Amino acid sequence: MSFAAGEHVRVRAMFPMGHVRTPFYVRGKAGVIERVVGRFDNPEQLAYGRSGDKKMLYRVRFAQRDVFPDTPSANDTIDVEIYEHWLEKA
Amino acid sequence: MSTTHDHPHAHHPDHHLPSNYYEKLTTAVIEILVEKKMFRAEEVQRAIEKMEERLPDRGARMVARAWIDPEFKKRMLADGSAAMRELDMDPGDMLLTAVENTPQVHNVIVCTLCSCYPRMLMGPPPAWYKSRPYRARVVREPRKVLAEFGLQLGDDVTIRVHDSSADLRYVVLPMRPAGTEDWSEERLASIVTRDSMVGVADVRLTAP
Repeated sequence: MSFAAGEHVRVRAMFPMGHVRTPFYVRGKAGVIERVVGRFDNPEQLAYGRSGDKKMLYRVRFAQRDVFPDTPSANDTIDVEIYEHWLEKA
Repeated sequence: MSTTHDHPHAHHPDHHLPSNYYEKLTTAVIEILVEKKMFRAEEVQRAIEKMEERLPDRGARMVARAWIDPEFKKRMLADGSAAMRELDMDPGDMLLTAVENTPQVHNVIVCTLCSCYPRMLMGPPPAWYKSRPYRARVVREPRKVLAEFGLQLGDDVTIRVHDSSADLRYVVLPMRPAGTEDWSEERLASIVTRDSMVGVADVRLTAP
């Protein structure tokens, strides 16, 4: 599934074993595609010495408040780079 | 690790002995690869030196150029790695992304998963950048963390935290302080600090 800048997405709430580069704190959280970064070798395969499949990488912008509901500022954001297979339409 | 050696090793008087599993593993792998002549110990040493000789003053040069040249600033914000090449700095395969501070927006960089940092521009990260408290807290309570660094931001300023979770590396383009309008590029570069390019400080002419 591919996404465009401005699209609303949700990070899949998956908890696989092993090396992944999706921080725990954004799993299951909704955000907006800030930009499409490009295609990169999947680090989840590279970490084990395999050649990585190309995966689309996105920068997803989360409202601070959506990630940590007890934070005081409504406008603050966290931008995280997330691979396509971790995202679904929100 | 072998305990007897018939070949010379680079000597590291300041380096503590391997103490945990991964340090031992790293040392063992390096020793095996040296023994198998994949590379020489001096080459490992040279690679470390090359990493450590990169200093934040390269980033400071880039910031100063962006302050005096609006067209360069546009190119830097569009493609940080290309902007490095323009200044005869080698970004390697690093994809540098510059984010600009304004009176309305303040950017700060972290790598919550490990210690990703724009090393090709600024050398190794400071110890606090790699510490668990900074990595855990700056996404959770950025205003409090920045205040501890001495940076009080008003509610009218939006904070953008950038988590270097994958392939991009970030540098903050801090705001040019007032009172520097007639300064040369070199003089401007001299006041740009490492911390201001990570986003935990502003560039100031005098201490607060």
